[in-house]
Amino acid sequence: MSERVLEIKDLTLQFGGVVAVNSLSMYVDKGEIVSLIGPNGAGKTTAFNAITGLYVPTNGQILFEGKKIIENYPHGKMKKLYAGSENGKYKERLEPTPDKVTKLGVARTFQNIRLWKTQSVFDNVLIAKHMRRTSNVFTATFRLNAAEEKKQREETAELLNILGLYQVKDQNCTTLPYGLQRRLEIARALATDPKLLLLDEPAAGMNPQETLELTEFIGRIRDDFKLTVCMIEHHMDLVMNISDRIYVLNFGALIAKGTPEEIQSNPTVIAAYLGEDKNA
Amino acid sequence: MDKTKKRDLIVSLGLIALIFVVVAVLEKVLPTTSMLFTVLKKGSIYALVAVSMNLLNGFTGLFSLGQAGFMLLGAYTYAILTIPVEARAAVYQYYDGGIVQFSVPVIVGILLAGVVAAFFAYLIGLPVLHLKSDYLAIATLGFAEIIRAIFQWDKLGGLTNGSNLLRKFPIFHSTLFPFAVSALCIGIIVMLINSTYGRAFKAIRDDEIAAEAMGINLAHHKRLAFTISSFFAGISGALLAMFQTTVQASQFKSAMTYEILLIVVIGGIGSITGSCISSFLFVASSEWWLRFLDNSETYIGSLHLGLLRPGFRKVVFSVIIMAIVLLYQRGIMGDKEFSLTRIRQRLSGLFKKKKVQ
Repeated sequence: MSERVLEIKDLTLQFGGVVAVNSLSMYVDKGEIVSLIGPNGAGKTTAFNAITGLYVPTNGQILFEGKKIIENYPHGKMKKLYAGSENGKYKERLEPTPDKVTKLGVARTFQNIRLWKTQSVFDNVLIAKHMRRTSNVFTATFRLNAAEEKKQREETAELLNILGLYQVKDQNCTTLPYGLQRRLEIARALATDPKLLLLDEPAAGMNPQETLELTEFIGRIRDDFKLTVCMIEHHMDLVMNISDRIYVLNFGALIAKGTPEEIQSNPTVIAAYLGEDKNA
Repeated sequence: MDKTKKRDLIVSLGLIALIFVVVAVLEKVLPTTSMLFTVLKKGSIYALVAVSMNLLNGFTGLFSLGQAGFMLLGAYTYAILTIPVEARAAVYQYYDGGIVQFSVPVIVGILLAGVVAAFFAYLIGLPVLHLKSDYLAIATLGFAEIIRAIFQWDKLGGLTNGSNLLRKFPIFHSTLFPFAVSALCIGIIVMLINSTYGRAFKAIRDDEIAAEAMGINLAHHKRLAFTISSFFAGISGALLAMFQTTVQASQFKSAMTYEILLIVVIGGIGSITGSCISSFLFVASSEWWLRFLDNSETYIGSLHLGLLRPGFRKVVFSVIIMAIVLLYQRGIMGDKEFSLTRIRQRLSGLFKKKKVQ
């Protein structure tokens, strides 16, 4: 049996009376590419935000490499409001901040690109290396960490080279074309040395040609960096081409899971999301 | 690329050295009572506190208005610790000579001024740094006002001399002293900003959520920036105490924070050199260059300028500031730094255009 990288158990996120994610259970094994699909507002990004620690789940548990990293149960005001299931199964409250989750080896990109807008391409990636520093503020200020700084810069240059961004490294990141900005976000995420990469709509706004390139690119970085990838995507070509397994969400709940072939022929998914093929 | 950077650094250091030489020469040539020295002394002190505020507001994106409070802490710490033991009976005449009965050397006093300000910043930072933008500004402003009230409190008189003046502590006479201390401190801040921590601060400023998602511990880094900024505000407070020769809590009103904020905004939020330049311009115009406007007995030929009267310079000063803010919306320097390379590029650009014509 292969190694389980991420495991989500009964994840529920409720905002007031609205249940954004309802008892989502899923897992991602080492080396897999798993896609999370579903119509707009199905709760995919919310689930990502919960995995990365940005949102605290209302109920449920998240394990990373077999270790419990996030857990919560309905408490306080939510006790009365709670509409999800599995109430009372979880007893602990583990709410790490996003930086702690990233330190464990979960990196992400954002649906609406969130680069550091005043920084150059190079610095955007270099800043992501800050997390793995061994220097403290004194050694860094007085340049006693020169060796580490040099290593970080070399690694950044190497990473930019691999991702084909080295030529534009001194440009401000906002001057890049859209596709490259998305690629830079992936580069920045890779700079944190992740084991699991979460991509939130990496192909949003891309034309078919760019999407094709991205498909190849994601496969390549998975192999090169020995990554496990979990992504949210709406481009079905990309999803069906590249995914090992697919989870389908609708109104916060899991409606189907399986290989691309299984999903494509699943009547529930077709009704909720993919739509009927008119030629059939 | 690296070579030009190195050359720029050498040129900048050379320029700073040149400024020091010029100031030293001026001190020999001009009478010590010249307004120029007042402006230079106060300007250098304000430059330091403006840069420390810029570290917070411009580079970390934390809108804090507590600077006057931390300067007060620094000024008081310095004054309390350095008043010579034999002078304490006279200074603390209403409080039996005060409770502190030792004094420390000037340099130690200045350093401790920074440390005390930083310590209080750390404590106040624990609850307030979770707040965003204007809420943080209000909380820090409140802190500054509270600390001012506490230092005037009668019950603490043995330490702070209540609302009376603290005086007779060692002061500086040469303009070079505040210049040297400020230059050193600003140098350290610049090195911090260019280090990996400075880059993390800028990431927090640009996008907090992305910074956190890339593994930057927000609470830790915000606290760090706040504490360091306050450390240098404390040091500038100590320098201000030396400059004014007396310390009284009522001097550190919120108006002082606004002056510093004004300097930062006019200089350009996120520009160190901008803050330095604008602090000298600010101090010079508010204290020196516009003085003539206060003279109600001004005549051009036989024409009496009736508008001029005491206080008129403040009107003109306000108009100038409004004009600057309207014309240079991002400050004199924007978020750029003063660099000879850029000036050279500009000039050569101009030159080339002329050639084409």
